Amino acid sequence: MDYITIKNNQRIAFAEIPVLDYDTFYKTLTDNLLNQSDAHCVNYYGVQADKGVQLICCIAHDKAQNISVLSTIVSKSDTLQSITATYPAFHLFEREIHENFGIGFSGHPWLKPVRYPHKAADRSATIADYPFYKIDSEELHEVGVGPIHAGIIEPGHFRFICNGEQILHLEIQLGYQHRGIETLFLQKNNLLQRATLAENIAGDTVIGHSTAFANAWESLCGFTPDRQLQIERAFALENERIAIHTGDLSGICTDIAYQLGNSVFGRLRTPVINYFQRWAGNRFAKGLIRPGKTNFGLTADLTKQWLEMIAAYRPDFVEMANQTFDLPSVLSRIERTGIVEPETAQRIGMVGMAARASNVARDIRASHPWGYYTSIQYQPVTEPVGDVYCRARIRHDEILRSIDMMTEMIDSMDYKPQTATPLTKAAADSFVVSLVEGWRGEICHCAITDANGELKHYKIKDPSFHNWLGLALAVRNNEISDFPICNKSFDLSYSGHDL
Amino acid sequence: MFINNLKILFHQGKQFIPDVTTTEVPGVFRGRPVITDVACNEQQLIDLCPTGAISGNPLRIDLGRCTFCGECAFACPEKIRFTKDYKLSSNIRERLVVSGDQPIEVDADKVRAEIHKLFGRSLKLREVSAAGDNSCEWELNATSNVNFDMGRFGIDFVASPRHADGIVVTGPISENMAEALEICYQATPDPKILILAGTDAISGGIFANSPALNRSFLDKYKVDLYVPGNPVHPLAFVNGVLSLVRGKK
Ligand code: SF4
Repeated sequence: MDYITIKNNQRIAFAEIPVLDYDTFYKTLTDNLLNQSDAHCVNYYGVQADKGVQLICCIAHDKAQNISVLSTIVSKSDTLQSITATYPAFHLFEREIHENFGIGFSGHPWLKPVRYPHKAADRSATIADYPFYKIDSEELHEVGVGPIHAGIIEPGHFRFICNGEQILHLEIQLGYQHRGIETLFLQKNNLLQRATLAENIAGDTVIGHSTAFANAWESLCGFTPDRQLQIERAFALENERIAIHTGDLSGICTDIAYQLGNSVFGRLRTPVINYFQRWAGNRFAKGLIRPGKTNFGLTADLTKQWLEMIAAYRPDFVEMANQTFDLPSVLSRIERTGIVEPETAQRIGMVGMAARASNVARDIRASHPWGYYTSIQYQPVTEPVGDVYCRARIRHDEILRSIDMMTEMIDSMDYKPQTATPLTKAAADSFVVSLVEGWRGEICHCAITDANGELKHYKIKDPSFHNWLGLALAVRNNEISDFPICNKSFDLSYSGHDL
Repeated sequence: MFINNLKILFHQGKQFIPDVTTTEVPGVFRGRPVITDVACNEQQLIDLCPTGAISGNPLRIDLGRCTFCGECAFACPEKIRFTKDYKLSSNIRERLVVSGDQPIEVDADKVRAEIHKLFGRSLKLREVSAAGDNSCEWELNATSNVNFDMGRFGIDFVASPRHADGIVVTGPISENMAEALEICYQATPDPKILILAGTDAISGGIFANSPALNRSFLDKYKVDLYVPGNPVHPLAFVNGVLSLVRGKK
């Protein structure tokens, strides 16, 4: 076989991943795997090997609910035929491989740096003089914004080419947030340190990333969480979704100067994140998810508190949402603004909530379920157009969906004491892919262990990695004054991208 | 439409916290830890801590390095207990190292006189996220929402360093943000204050010693306030800043 087919969180021996020559690897991907309409790349990255660099590619099939994994070993001085030329969704993966190892890709539109990491192949390049697309014109002008922005948000640089007020082109340079997390995952060799790292990848996606890590690690250790713990993790993940979606609706209202929506959605977020504090002592749920155990088992009293909290939240939320989505002055700002056409979303490999707002029904909870989600038949919510309205509306729909799902979860909890069996050592020479649908979208962690069962390689992919290009395309031909709402409607992670 | 708006306003009720200095936080917040003199295996706790925040003999926790994960308190509940005290800030770095059960305070005598005089009634801050993970950023935004409403004390975040009286830094300061942070600091007119918000900013947190960081900025400038937390709780921030600028009662 040219590839091995596995399930989400299924541990395999690393040696089971077929190693092909690059030509076969390329053909298997372009002629076979990527041709399937339900396929997309969830991770593609390089690992230092004895002879050269092993490139590992993971293609998820949403209908078949499995993941094809294949690899090739190449030399750092190679120039390979670019997959991006046929499948644009690969553009950032190939750029990352180029940046980390120096490998060339012929036919790639632009192998510019991704994040100027501390372990870049070419350390002479610095973020201060990043290359960007230029245009020589008397009529057009450039607008540079960032890395520090006007509000309290993470840093990143946006460079626009405008014709008057109209954006023709946007280029986004990230990397300012690079903290070397993947390296630290290997350096810090105790489990608590790694769990702490996982919850600090993106502080707005604590549950998403720390669950992806916990699932991966437990699968390496051959540990299956009991049913109650599985439900609790899904419960936490959906509560995180409600909290951030609510906060983002507030943010979208801020950016169109709709004060009432800003205040009301803003204050509605408070009880939802305070629920995490009631449950686990931290408003962002840091400390809640731990591989192989939980320090904060849910109790009947806590779920009762959630039901009371949400009984107060829901009517106020629905009232405010109905008003917002009915107001001509709101609609005139968000309808037909910042469109990503469904075909574009598909082509560039968008994921998560933003993809679903462009009618691409990608959702790990439905396509590659883990834990509790395997026991339900989750149907993704989609919106048809891919404008700011759809990306706002889908948050509203998903919040209500999550409320229903969590209510059902509570009905199926037995509050039995947690399994006390400690985690064993991770299996040696193994490989696992862990996928979780965080509030932004698909989170993918890939782990490889060495002969002693120690982590040899850890690869993290935040959904933002796929979606930043979506934002850059969404703003084309829009007024530059609409950039903030377009940006907020995606609400992508800088730290999750920069790692 | 107008009627709808009125209805919504009515349904919201009053949301602001009347007194941010005394309000009690809901649930099981992990704030200032209390350390008892019960005997325990200190070394086990020191080894357990993911960020090396615990030191022994007597047992102390450095809140500038602690990520507030609570694991030490689970390992030895008789020795370490996290209270709901959100007054965690100080202008003296050593004050963040706690043992026993002492409140953490701003030492008013060590605050520059001009801070009380100039910023006591109005303080504008520019926030710089230098590789912050966006949780402290969300919490600093929350300080201005209708619940915490820091604006009522004359304390606001502003868009430009030129309009600011000081800089608030979040995140462990990556190499790639070092220059931008320096430029922003320089662009803020004197006299100005410098606040580090969150464990990552104060010590690097779990990222301390990462090769991707460059924390030399902190060797150059005096820090006026440290606000521990992972992330900082809005009440910790509001109370910390208030005690810095208001001085002695
Ligand atoms: S709560 Fe703080 S001191 Fe205790 S283990 Fe966690 S990081 Fe260390």
